[in-house]
Amino acid sequence: MATAKKKARAKPQGTREATRAAVTVTPATLLDYYRQMLLIRRFEEKAGQMYGMGLIGGFCHLYIGQEAVVTGVQHALEPGDTVVTGYRCHAHMLAAGVDPKRIMAELAGRAAGSSKGKGGSMHMFALDAGFYGGHAIVGAQVPLGTGLGFAHRYRKSDRVSVTYFGDGAANQGQVFEALNMAALWTLPTVYVIENNQYAMGTAVSRASAVAELCRRGESFGIPGRQVDGMDVVAVGAAAAAAVEHCRKGRGPILLEMMTYRYRGHSMSDPAKYRSREEVSKVRQERDPIEQVRERLIEEGQTDDAALKAIDKDVKAVVAEAAEFAQDSPEPDAAELAVGILAGA
Amino acid sequence: MAEVTLVEAVNMALAKAMADDAEVLVFGEDVGLDGGVFRSTDGLLARFGAARVMDTPLAEGLIAGVAVGLAAQGFKPVAEIQFMGFIYPALDQIVSHASRMRNRTRGRLTCPMVMRAPFGGGIRAPEHHSESTEAMFAHIPGLRVVIPSSPSHAYGLLLASIRDPDPVIFLEPKRIYRAVREEVADDGRALPLDSCFTLREGGDVTLVTWGAMTMETLAAAETLADEGIGAEVIDVATLKPLDMDQILTSVQKTGRCVIVHEAALSGGWGAEIAARLAEEGLLSLLAPVQRVTGYDTVMPLLRLEQWYMPSEGRIVAAARRALEYA
Ligand SMILES: Cc1ncc(C[n+]2csc(CCOP(=O)(O)OP(=O)(O)O)c2C)c(N)n1
Ligand SMILES: [Mg+2]
Repeated sequence: MATAKKKARAKPQGTREATRAAVTVTPATLLDYYRQMLLIRRFEEKAGQMYGMGLIGGFCHLYIGQEAVVTGVQHALEPGDTVVTGYRCHAHMLAAGVDPKRIMAELAGRAAGSSKGKGGSMHMFALDAGFYGGHAIVGAQVPLGTGLGFAHRYRKSDRVSVTYFGDGAANQGQVFEALNMAALWTLPTVYVIENNQYAMGTAVSRASAVAELCRRGESFGIPGRQVDGMDVVAVGAAAAAAVEHCRKGRGPILLEMMTYRYRGHSMSDPAKYRSREEVSKVRQERDPIEQVRERLIEEGQTDDAALKAIDKDVKAVVAEAAEFAQDSPEPDAAELAVGILAGA
Repeated sequence: MAEVTLVEAVNMALAKAMADDAEVLVFGEDVGLDGGVFRSTDGLLARFGAARVMDTPLAEGLIAGVAVGLAAQGFKPVAEIQFMGFIYPALDQIVSHASRMRNRTRGRLTCPMVMRAPFGGGIRAPEHHSESTEAMFAHIPGLRVVIPSSPSHAYGLLLASIRDPDPVIFLEPKRIYRAVREEVADDGRALPLDSCFTLREGGDVTLVTWGAMTMETLAAAETLADEGIGAEVIDVATLKPLDMDQILTSVQKTGRCVIVHEAALSGGWGAEIAARLAEEGLLSLLAPVQRVTGYDTVMPLLRLEQWYMPSEGRIVAAARRALEYA
């Protein structure tokens, strides 16, 4: 049934625009991308290890494989812009410029964490940097991001609201409610679908009647673009254009980032719904960090020694974060009663 | 007879219900191909096929609403919500439709559906992954709220819930999904709904609880027994409709009652039981009703969670407090 449907499916009309990386980008930006993506990857690898050691509790959703998306999008933002996402949010904290030590401490539920160990892996915030949180209810961040965008519009500022959500989240009813209102009220909202092909164990083709999620906004007149989310340069260019669209008051826009997560859905996912070959093929052919590394070397922008120095530096930052988290004390029992209501 | 865990007993009951009744359909997020996040639907897709075991899109409101529609056509939908904390998008359908269909139509339409959800804390995960908001559902007229506390109860109560002609919120204590093994015969025998179970008899104090907290409560009863105190342990099992008779009979005997639940204190189902004791059993009480519960806070992470969860020690202390009244 699924294949028959696929054949009958109409081609995306007009709105789809494969943004290939023919975009010019400065060597400095490329190096920034490289460093940022590497930091995310090494940080997540360490988080995975610490989860395995029992130092991180609950659930822990790693961003490994998807680094290009948040890195490229964040690059297009300016102070005052706001960002909101789901539970796969460690990378968004790093991209917002939060000290990795405080992120790792939060993951470990420690008092020195960004939310004093009360939010944990899925609920991280960096309000100073415009990051309005990781939110564990799938799809619920979409109206939140729309509300943030509404505030920007109301204040007549040219700030932009970016809302990330997954391919699975794209099927939640409130996503459609939010898209409609954003279009109706011409809100400055960039919707970034991180299409990593799976919602837990469910492939996009098994959950969505139309596979091209960039078309989700069509019936509301929201332009959508499909972007190679493994190519940070393409992501950066598409994000810059989308942000510009919003800043100019042209209303919401939707970017579907075609990406892939290398690890399981969370640390407790044996990932039996896909083959090892599928994962290793993406790793070998489309890895976002490798792509930038190759480009930097090919274009003669840098040499192996310089990249190694970055690797070493990033490793040290991550090691320091892990140590800091482990050395930080657990929150006090009194924290249980704190922060439920003001003054209580 | 097989020795099974609670989650395996859930799986056994689902398979039995599906084998016995072609109108039983199982669906939810990742229940088919993946066999469920906790593996409670493992093997059902292979055995009963994709027409009866369905992976739905990620949309809880949809899942609940579709269940109501199917039920209106005489099916017996058994929908899974991955964690109780993700049931809120479905609340509208559960409260506004599922629970009221019978009343609204004066019985011409009923809603024989089951919404299953793992619930409760103690698994080192904060908030949504550890919630115990059973009282919210028990508050709604027209819903049954059923909570098993052991493998055999999971099997018998789930079968009863699926066969029941009304909507059942079936909450599975995930902390003890694999805590114990018990011999459970796959004989299709249901256990009674709307009835408490007395897990242990005793004449000095009545301990009332449900779900995973039966573990701590039974352990507390053991400790009290060492001190020569006889604690009767009642597993409420069906929170609504509440079998007050069994609780009252026990309290008439002991004169003292401790209610244990891990949900937050205020407005928890313990409050309802305490109110009913005040209304219907006050003259039997020799001491104020004691409650041992979670706190009025959000389920926290890791170490804080250990402080949040009612412990055997807190239950024993509450029982002793009740016994201080002469
Ligand atoms: C409302 C709700 N339902 C279910 C879940 C459990 N859950 C967490 S993540 C997830 C899959 C989400 O997939 P997707 O949106 O594609 O994001 P990804 O994990 O791939 O980043 C599910 C079902 C949840 N957190 N919230
Ligand atoms: Mg996904």
